[in-house]
Amino acid sequence: MIARLFDDITPRGQALLAIVLALALAAPFIVNDYLLSVLIVTLYFAYTGQAWNVMMGFAGQLSLGHAIYVGLAAYAAAWLFVQFKVSPWIGLFAAIPIAALCGAIIGFLAFRFRVSGVYFAILTIAFAEFARIGFDHFTAVGGSAGLFLPVSGYAKYDLWNLRGGPEMFYYVILAMVVIAFLICRALLRSRIGYYLLAIREDEQAARALGIDTFRCKMIAVVISAGMTAPAGVFIAFYNNNLFPEQVFHISQSIEIILAPFIGGAGTLFGPIIGAALLQWLAESLRVVLEAVGIDMPGSKQVFFGFLLLLVVIAAPEGFWPGIAARFKITRRK
Amino acid sequence: MSALLSVRNVTKRFRGLVAVDKVSFDVPEGAIYAVIGPNGAGKTTLFNVIAGEFAPDGGEIVFAGQNVSGLAPNVICERGVGRTFQIVKPFPALSVEDNVMIGALLRKRTPAQAREWVHLVLDRLDLYDKRTQRASSLTLPDRKRLEVARAIATEPKLLLLDEVMAGLRPTETDRMVAVFRKLCKDHGVTILLIEHVMRAVMALADRILVLHHGAAIAEGTPETVVREPAVIESYLGAETEV
Repeated sequence: MIARLFDDITPRGQALLAIVLALALAAPFIVNDYLLSVLIVTLYFAYTGQAWNVMMGFAGQLSLGHAIYVGLAAYAAAWLFVQFKVSPWIGLFAAIPIAALCGAIIGFLAFRFRVSGVYFAILTIAFAEFARIGFDHFTAVGGSAGLFLPVSGYAKYDLWNLRGGPEMFYYVILAMVVIAFLICRALLRSRIGYYLLAIREDEQAARALGIDTFRCKMIAVVISAGMTAPAGVFIAFYNNNLFPEQVFHISQSIEIILAPFIGGAGTLFGPIIGAALLQWLAESLRVVLEAVGIDMPGSKQVFFGFLLLLVVIAAPEGFWPGIAARFKITRRK
Repeated sequence: MSALLSVRNVTKRFRGLVAVDKVSFDVPEGAIYAVIGPNGAGKTTLFNVIAGEFAPDGGEIVFAGQNVSGLAPNVICERGVGRTFQIVKPFPALSVEDNVMIGALLRKRTPAQAREWVHLVLDRLDLYDKRTQRASSLTLPDRKRLEVARAIATEPKLLLLDEVMAGLRPTETDRMVAVFRKLCKDHGVTILLIEHVMRAVMALADRILVLHHGAAIAEGTPETVVREPAVIESYLGAETEV
């Protein structure tokens, strides 16, 4: 089963994949704390990008409000933990349905009333903004003053309560990225995966082939929102604090979509490559700027802008398809 | 032969314009039925009404004994009507094989089963060798063939073909005609086609309906229809004056 999922990757690609995975597993023993935190952020955006990709990359529905799913899941799990000491792993059982339900509501409103394209994107932004402002005044979970997770009184590596050092968080998010990758790969090879691609390519033609496009788009938004939820739980426990102005902010939504866009929307390696390119180059730039004595707080965002421009001009399908072809990593069916 | 498709008094208006005006005809099961007429006669609109793209403003469409007027396109397809689009609508970024896969998955239980069927269909339409190409890289004749392959892959009882021969060379037209004949004879697929290429219409059709300004002006076997004065005047013109 697992082997079948990789039959379109050349032996060379499989070898490369094995090396990358081995390096990823060894990373905490090699790199320092600063680099490890960069890797964690990279994997976080690779994961959220993969989840977002189900909606835009597969089904062609542009969501610019994925922060809402991150935020709702983060608050759900964090609140359960703070109030009732519920393990984040149990919290997932609340966080995932809440995010999925929210996705279903947005999807139903949009798809039932044929809101598509730019208007759909605006609708998703509106919902995320509602949530941001709403949570600012939601005093039960701290309002704009934020929600803080207790850190003391736990063992050094308490995986059950997700309390501990960055190494633990690194392996958790690495596992999440691998699982999300496998889920998306299986999805892409299923009937529903084919149907989503058809909808992305031409909705009218898809309908003419017997595809219930409303139902398929609903499935896509529910999967995407549900997959985003664990990222929210992760970020709440990694940061130990939650502020509506951060977690629901539109800049969050935008940063989520950058990795798959730059790596290649609709491809499975795209979000991972994209996140690596973005975060590593941006951090390198910051280090270089710091070394020459320039303190520019917005440098990362400016750099993201330039990278996005470069992609639009030089590789509109993202960098991954070019990389895959250049290094002969995938073969065509 | 009983009627697989019955179109009864179907009317479709776009604001003031009556695109299809009380058109009635029966397509017998296993037949090849052609709709011809000058540009703007309402042929494609009629197709879109049958395929569920538009709901009719009047009349009804009965397919396999059931009233299907106003049902959604995907439901009509599930009932057994496959269609092509006059302006082809491939899934451009997907391979030829995956394009047809999407049609095949309607009735095949697993992607593996579907793929086998897809290879058969691709072979039948001479697209097998191009199966790994992106649909966007195909030439127009190949795109037309892909359009047909995708519709056939859904295993329809009735196939609606909207000008699939346009732009094909005569030899390619003959090849396509042979494909449809075989499909009809060996697999019992009923075919309703809109066509301007009279060479194909005369070679294929058992019966012909002529539309003009949205209304049916003649119906019958090819031989009788091409002799009707109204048809000669409105559509065929000088071609038959000899």
